[in-house]
Amino acid sequence: MKVLVTVKEVAEVQDDFEIEGTEIGSQYLDYDLNEWDDYAIEEGVQISENVDDVEVVTVTIGPERSDETIRMALAKGADRAVRVWDEALAEADLLDVGAKVQLLRAVVEEEEPDLILSGVQAGDDAFGATGVALADAIDFEWAAVVNHLDFDADESVAHVHRELEGGVDEVTDVETPAVLTIQTGINEPRYASLRGIRQAQSKEIAPMDLDDLGLSPADVESDLALTGMYEPETESDATYFEGSPEEEASQLGDVLREKGVSQ
Amino acid sequence: MTNVLAVAEHRRGDLRDVSYEAITAGRELADEAGGELHVAVISGDTDEFAERLNREGVDRVHTVDYGEEFNHDVYHQAVTQLFDAVDAGYLLTPNSVNALDYVPAAANALDLPVVTDVIDLDGGDESLVATREMYGSKVETTTELDTGRAAVTIRGGEWPATEDGGDAAVESFDADIDESAVRSTVTGFEEAGGGDVDISDADVLVSVGRGIEEEENLDLIFDLADALDATVSSSRPIVDNDWLPANRQVGQSGKVVTPDVYIAIGISGAVQHVAGMKGSDTIIAINTDPNAPIFDLADYGVVDDLFDVVPALIEEFGG
Repeated sequence: MKVLVTVKEVAEVQDDFEIEGTEIGSQYLDYDLNEWDDYAIEEGVQISENVDDVEVVTVTIGPERSDETIRMALAKGADRAVRVWDEALAEADLLDVGAKVQLLRAVVEEEEPDLILSGVQAGDDAFGATGVALADAIDFEWAAVVNHLDFDADESVAHVHRELEGGVDEVTDVETPAVLTIQTGINEPRYASLRGIRQAQSKEIAPMDLDDLGLSPADVESDLALTGMYEPETESDATYFEGSPEEEASQLGDVLREKGVSQ
Repeated sequence: MTNVLAVAEHRRGDLRDVSYEAITAGRELADEAGGELHVAVISGDTDEFAERLNREGVDRVHTVDYGEEFNHDVYHQAVTQLFDAVDAGYLLTPNSVNALDYVPAAANALDLPVVTDVIDLDGGDESLVATREMYGSKVETTTELDTGRAAVTIRGGEWPATEDGGDAAVESFDADIDESAVRSTVTGFEEAGGGDVDISDADVLVSVGRGIEEEENLDLIFDLADALDATVSSSRPIVDNDWLPANRQVGQSGKVVTPDVYIAIGISGAVQHVAGMKGSDTIIAINTDPNAPIFDLADYGVVDDLFDVVPALIEEFGG
């Protein structure tokens, strides 16, 4: 059995940054494994530990730089990785959901997984839609925002909880093959062990370009164009307290006492 | 001329208020696109829901009487059929957990570009400009579509709800639901549990976020809560890490709280968190990042290290 986990390397923006055109200057960005995908990887690795004969394969859309992040996923227990990139993708300022679906569909056709796990969303563009759109494109069943997963491989059913608003979970049985989008908090993602990090060095990261996937640049052209980026106008009319921590605490104390706190 | 299909949302017998916000946004988009606003309600007590959804600006309400609760396979089929039947170009829904469970799939089936969690929309006739946030609310972006067709999900609270009644025709839509394509079964609902503290009852909340860094540092927050006779709550990452039980979580997926005083410590103020605490009377924020969105909401702010300010504050209250 094969579990495919989508893994994205996301850019995180430092507290102070500048926008250049429709981008944030690269000196203000740090790259890291997408937080949601960390939980998806852990869920995939746990399935491989609990079910016999499961291969966990990660798929990443991203430039060579992402290999560092992919190695992290491999060190945590994924067996091998596929990384999709192409000059045509590098030129786009935004890969929209439709474009990502075309790329991932081609990978799914190659890999033929039984279960696909993706993060609910990516921390950078935060569309939160790729997994479910992909499911429709490959005729898999799906469930979005899963915060509990009990996969019954024999019965081909995933018993899931979907995290709705307001502290309520929907309890659902999902036939597999399926795409499940994984919410943070579903598990406790492991840290890579030294042994895992060593082993990851010899695991395969297979690069694939559009040609390899049988796609043309037109197939992955985004309908959405990024036309502007700006800092939100601050609407703060807060009263700020300044000074030493003691001075700040004293002024805060005055406010709190005025509001009747601890009286 | 492009018609808009807005889809209402309900759960366990109640329409969710975001449905009325989708009507407002849908009417605006329909006006820009020179088309009609069609509103769909699928499953549950559709007759009663249709009556409530019949509000100003709605041209037609379509009911799909099939099943009780949300099922994404049913919604997927009903929405894709209805979208074609009403000759729509735009599908518009709240950006909810359930919408994210069927809209991307329906958009794929209908070959519509999808743009989610939109906070503003402009145009719609030939090109549609959608404003959204990126990088955890640090920037806003405009994205443009010139397809004249799209699936759009709108963030809650960005459009006012339409309150006034309307005079739309209500029609039953006979969707052809293929049962063999319904491959998910909703078996029930569960409330998030854990502990016996009710944070929605507290007058003063000391709320802690990612800035606390380590589980053992939580002692500092409990010490402050003791000194202030307050209750401890948190943002999502603290609960994700299992440092506090789920019933302490404030926000969209946690509880909505309205205390007299809300002290946000090391909480950046992501929109999902803000949704749960913006109704607090007085909001105090302590954060090292002066650009943290929590300060947009705060009445009082301290831009400083919580590990310096909180001990001083405990001292101030004789802790």
